[in-house]
Amino acid sequence: MSAIVPYISKPRPDTGLYNAKMGIWLFLASEVMLFGALFSSYILLRIGAVDWPHGSTLLSVPIGTFNTIVLITSSVTMVFAWASLKEENLARFKLFLGLTILLALTFLVVKGFEYNAKFSHHLFPRTSTYMAIYFTMTGLHAIHVIGGIIVNSYLWGPGAVMWKEDPARFTNRIEVAGLYWHFVDLVWIFLFPVMYLL
Amino acid sequence: MSHDNHPTHDSHELSFWRKYIFATDHKMIGLQYGITALFFLFFGFWLMMLMRWQLAYPGQAIPHVGDIWPVLGKAVDWIRLHIFHVSGSNFAEETLPGGVMLPEFYNQLGAMHGTIMVFMGIVPLAVGAFGNYIVPLQIGAADMAFPKLNMASYWCFFVGGWVMLISFMVPGGAANSGWTSYPPLADIASFGQTMWIIGMVFLITSSLLGAVNFITTIFQLRAPGLNFMRLPFFVWAQLVTAFLLLLAFPPLEAAGVMQLMDRVAHTSFFLPSGLVVSGKPLEVSGGGNSLLWQHLFWFLAHPEVYVLILPAMGIVAEVIANNSRKPLWGYRSMVYALLILGFLSFIVWAHHMYLTGMGTAISAFFQATTMIISIPSVIILTCLFISLWGGSIRFNTPMLFALAFLPMFGIGGLTGLPLGLNTPDIHLHDTYYVIGHFHYVVAPGTIFAMFAGIYYWFPKVTGRKMNEVLGQIHFWPSLVCMNFIFMPMMIQGLAGVSRRLYDGGAQYAHAQGTLHLNVVMSIAAWALAIAQIPFVINLIGSLFTGKKVENDNPWESTTLEWATPTPPGHGNFTTIPTVYRDPYEYSVPGASKDFTPQNEKTVV
Repeated sequence: MSAIVPYISKPRPDTGLYNAKMGIWLFLASEVMLFGALFSSYILLRIGAVDWPHGSTLLSVPIGTFNTIVLITSSVTMVFAWASLKEENLARFKLFLGLTILLALTFLVVKGFEYNAKFSHHLFPRTSTYMAIYFTMTGLHAIHVIGGIIVNSYLWGPGAVMWKEDPARFTNRIEVAGLYWHFVDLVWIFLFPVMYLL
Repeated sequence: MSHDNHPTHDSHELSFWRKYIFATDHKMIGLQYGITALFFLFFGFWLMMLMRWQLAYPGQAIPHVGDIWPVLGKAVDWIRLHIFHVSGSNFAEETLPGGVMLPEFYNQLGAMHGTIMVFMGIVPLAVGAFGNYIVPLQIGAADMAFPKLNMASYWCFFVGGWVMLISFMVPGGAANSGWTSYPPLADIASFGQTMWIIGMVFLITSSLLGAVNFITTIFQLRAPGLNFMRLPFFVWAQLVTAFLLLLAFPPLEAAGVMQLMDRVAHTSFFLPSGLVVSGKPLEVSGGGNSLLWQHLFWFLAHPEVYVLILPAMGIVAEVIANNSRKPLWGYRSMVYALLILGFLSFIVWAHHMYLTGMGTAISAFFQATTMIISIPSVIILTCLFISLWGGSIRFNTPMLFALAFLPMFGIGGLTGLPLGLNTPDIHLHDTYYVIGHFHYVVAPGTIFAMFAGIYYWFPKVTGRKMNEVLGQIHFWPSLVCMNFIFMPMMIQGLAGVSRRLYDGGAQYAHAQGTLHLNVVMSIAAWALAIAQIPFVINLIGSLFTGKKVENDNPWESTTLEWATPTPPGHGNFTTIPTVYRDPYEYSVPGASKDFTPQNEKTVV
């Protein structure tokens, strides 16, 4: 079927990219615009606000720091997963991708407890503009984390059979999934100081 | 004939579902997009025809429609009762009681006409249909880079479109805050607005997937020898369009998420403090900014204007080059103009917001960029005009539509200049002048280019030509009617008639002198509908009885899509072509024929 399209695993000489890699960079460009618009809205709303709470008075900085470390670690294990495939070591790949998924789940569980703590203190999106943008942006980020978990779990489980048929293409898939995952990590690295520390 | 000359890829037969429904072949997806978009275009046009009755004859029962409306109403009531579990509703009485349109229903029609035409009609037709079908053929590719993503893009569009249609049936009806959905009104509107946002999220996702696919395809899958300055202008137009969709839509998605939060989670992103609705203070936390929505919306919606017009320019360029038997004049300047246009379209958005009190400094900035962006548009249009000079023009139906595009888009573009200037905009803002201006760009502009494209590429898709006589019967009345609809709008607008009036201005003293034009415009709109009948007959009839083409290149064209079998099979080309020359080598001196295709190595 789609095998009639070239440059699926080998890069095209004049662009230096294989198709999926160009596709994911373009997708990430659109994601930058999505989160960029939300960060811009944050700035506009904060400038226009009569008073704006300091993030640390409402959110727990230690928990946020812990979650930041969890996500950064998951980015590192994601790179190790890709590197393991480059070394043709499928077992090590499974270990590191599995770790990435577990770390992502850890992040979500911690985030869930954070959300729950806010709700139990009667802090809801409707409470203030700060809470509104906090829940909207971290919620949208969490949806991206969930998306990453789904993709990575597929590649860890049923998707991994491609390793036998077409190892080069499978390695590319991990690279592309990794690029997306680093982006999700990067968004959080912006979100954490903006929401918790400023 | 090449019907029995299909490439070898086609040897295995696909099941019905894989071939026609969940298709991954770019040509089938292009056709799916085209058929669905034409359906939405006619539906959006029909909404407008209902509105035009109310504007011409306010408060009078709509003839015939009023008679069958209760039947439709019964069907909607049944759906409401059994699907939404809302009893006691009476759709007919809530919309057209006794055939007379209610203001609430007029507002729904207005909001949905705009939404449907822009997001479900023109964009899917210009980008989804023409882009999908033609771009891979013109760059010598076997398919799009991501066929499954392409399928996902179509089905997102399909779902989004149906969410919009179904929103008419929910209690309170469809979105009714204008196609721009300005808060605070949109934040407190009925449930239809939530459906609008959900529908938009699907449509945005569809465009995003398509944009990623188009850009990757054009960069990665060009045939050997096809460097960027040999790309047909249509491909360039689609490339710039895809970048606009890729980068401009996400901010609207962000805005949509925030409006959804406002409506569902009762946040106050767009709701300022101290808002009073129907005499009661609104119980929200406040502190939001309704201008924020306008900025995010127009950050998309201005580039969106170029999404509507650039593919149209691309089609017109192809048709004019082919039918003037000359290379496009100033191909390179056109390409550079296109790139500048694409870039500048991101920094003009606030010219839609002069009257929001942004301040003179910001207005002056956006006024300057708006004046500058008219330059590349004029360059492209001028190049197309000069391309005609000294050509041996073939006046066939596609060419007639392409030729009509030039002055019609010219009027649309030039009437935009007073709107782009701060001072005249104070008078013209939100009047029918605005409506006249952008409809000239989109209706006799873009839609005419779409017709040109349909007549021009029909032989490649079906192996038959469309009927010329019916084509002429379609073209001339359409051209006349378009002008009788949109030119009077300019006059009304100059008189100061607001674009949002339910009675067409009957209550307003300053509108009295131009009220008779409402009848003229309405009759022209209905006549325009009649003028589309020959098109529909031609489109369907030519599938079976159209004159069969004698070879794969019936228009004697130079670009690669004509180097495929007719219709192209799976994989498009029998062998991937090599490109040796520029896209429009017509009438090369010393050649034995007046066209030299891009894949021809030596001039014969």
